[in-house]
Amino acid sequence: MKILVPVKRVVDYNVKVRVKSDGTGVDIANVKMSMNPFDEIAIEEAVRLREKGVATEVIAVSCGVTQCQETLRTAMAIGADRGILVETPADVDLQPLAVAKLLKALIDKEQPGLIILGKQAIDDDCNQTGQMLAALADLPQATYASKIEVADGRASVTREIDGGLEILSISLPAVVTTDLRLNEPRYVTLPNIMKAKKKQLDTFKPEDLGVDITPRIKTLKVAEPAKRSAGIKVPDVAALVDKLKNVAKVI
Amino acid sequence: MTALVIAEHDNASIKVATLNTVTAAAACGGDVHILVAGHHAAAAAAAAAQIAGVAKVIHVDSESLAHALAENLAAEVLAIAAHYSHILFPATAAGKNVAPRVAAKLDVAQISDITQVASPDTFERPIYAGNAMATVQSSDSIKVITVRTTGFDAAASSGGAATVETPAAQADSGKSSFKGSEIAKNDRPELTAAKIIVSGGRALGSAEKFNEVMTPLADKLGAAIGASRAAVDAGYAANDLQVGQTGKIVAPQLYIACGISGAIQHLAGMKDSKVIVAINKDPEAPIFSVADFGLEADLFTAVPELVRSL
Repeated sequence: MKILVPVKRVVDYNVKVRVKSDGTGVDIANVKMSMNPFDEIAIEEAVRLREKGVATEVIAVSCGVTQCQETLRTAMAIGADRGILVETPADVDLQPLAVAKLLKALIDKEQPGLIILGKQAIDDDCNQTGQMLAALADLPQATYASKIEVADGRASVTREIDGGLEILSISLPAVVTTDLRLNEPRYVTLPNIMKAKKKQLDTFKPEDLGVDITPRIKTLKVAEPAKRSAGIKVPDVAALVDKLKNVAKVI
Repeated sequence: MTALVIAEHDNASIKVATLNTVTAAAACGGDVHILVAGHHAAAAAAAAAQIAGVAKVIHVDSESLAHALAENLAAEVLAIAAHYSHILFPATAAGKNVAPRVAAKLDVAQISDITQVASPDTFERPIYAGNAMATVQSSDSIKVITVRTTGFDAAASSGGAATVETPAAQADSGKSSFKGSEIAKNDRPELTAAKIIVSGGRALGSAEKFNEVMTPLADKLGAAIGASRAAVDAGYAANDLQVGQTGKIVAPQLYIACGISGAIQHLAGMKDSKVIVAINKDPEAPIFSVADFGLEADLFTAVPELVRSL
């Protein structure tokens, strides 16, 4: 069984982004870019399934600009066997529906038994691509996974939901999206980074896959959020209780 | 122009997040209908019909809808989607699970986590963990939306008199089945609906300490308990208590952060709280930059003292 793992190149989670003064977006020139943390968890899970003998091949896919190759090399350093880049122009705002369509075309080509991807990207915070892909490919889905077990053509997936956990059994092929508690991704080692450079990386254009990536949503403006005014420090618990009771009047 | 709200419910009652979503739907400008898809969910449908401002309830009942499986719930929405200009889900784990599935089948974009309706096709939503607010315009004929519940007041749960329709359910997809759940049972208010939240971080040090220190404070205040990602990852608190960018987004009247340093991802989930209290022994902790009242103290002495003084 092949596992397809879509990965996204995003602003590193430690970077605090700044809104551009002209209100057209956030300034990502010269900031550190990394693999979306949820996608790193997805790659790790796929590699573990291959190491357990459940899967035979792990294919990492990224949709976006040329530099997404670096993200794919990271995925291959974690253990993906090969990579596919669907290269899109830098001036096109690539949105989840378009990415889901590109990935659907690759599913048709590669016929994976399982697709694992992050539940959301930490840049646009959309939380859409996995579910959209499942819909377009008519596959069952299990989002927000904290445990995946594969046996007899089905996956048993424990999901993190409001209020606790839920276990679903889904037939394969299927789409699973990862939550934080699924695993802790391994550190990539230098020998594995070197090995990853030699792995196969194919590049397609959206036209090769017959997909229209025209954005459906236009960003009119990006602004700074309202700032909280700085508060005060209180010296002790008694002063805190007094403030809450008599100033804020919340207790 | 009519908006459809997908109700979040437990078959017996309607979850509060649905009420916030109704307010967002009304802001889109037309009539508001509610879909209650469940199993033996007549009580939930009756409650939905009472919500102020709702014109019609569509109640679909089937065993295949008992657990809100994404495949089956999406099929119910798609069966009636053509009648609507807007389809809105609460941005909860359940809503976010299904909304993109509906959008993709309709070949329309989805707009996630809206905090404001500027016009019927233009919405405001946070990006980059709330460090920027984007105003976006959709060119699609049907707008599929998830609603950040903290961005909209709850509609009144009574005073409405909607008609209730009960169409037949769609067939079970057969591709997915519910095997069980572990839902923590307690008498505390729901995290996303609580007026007061007490939240613990990694400084608590263990699950035992977390419980020992945070529970009496929550009991005293009638508060919900939250946690930082660090505390959840370390196993001190259950996953569904995580407050932050990728966990729960909350905006209570009072948020008391105990031993939470205040990473941007955590702040993203609670910075819209009305009053924020931070108790932390590190004077440099970023949480103090958003706190209305900061107490620089060891939480193991300060929190019990706070419990005694309340």
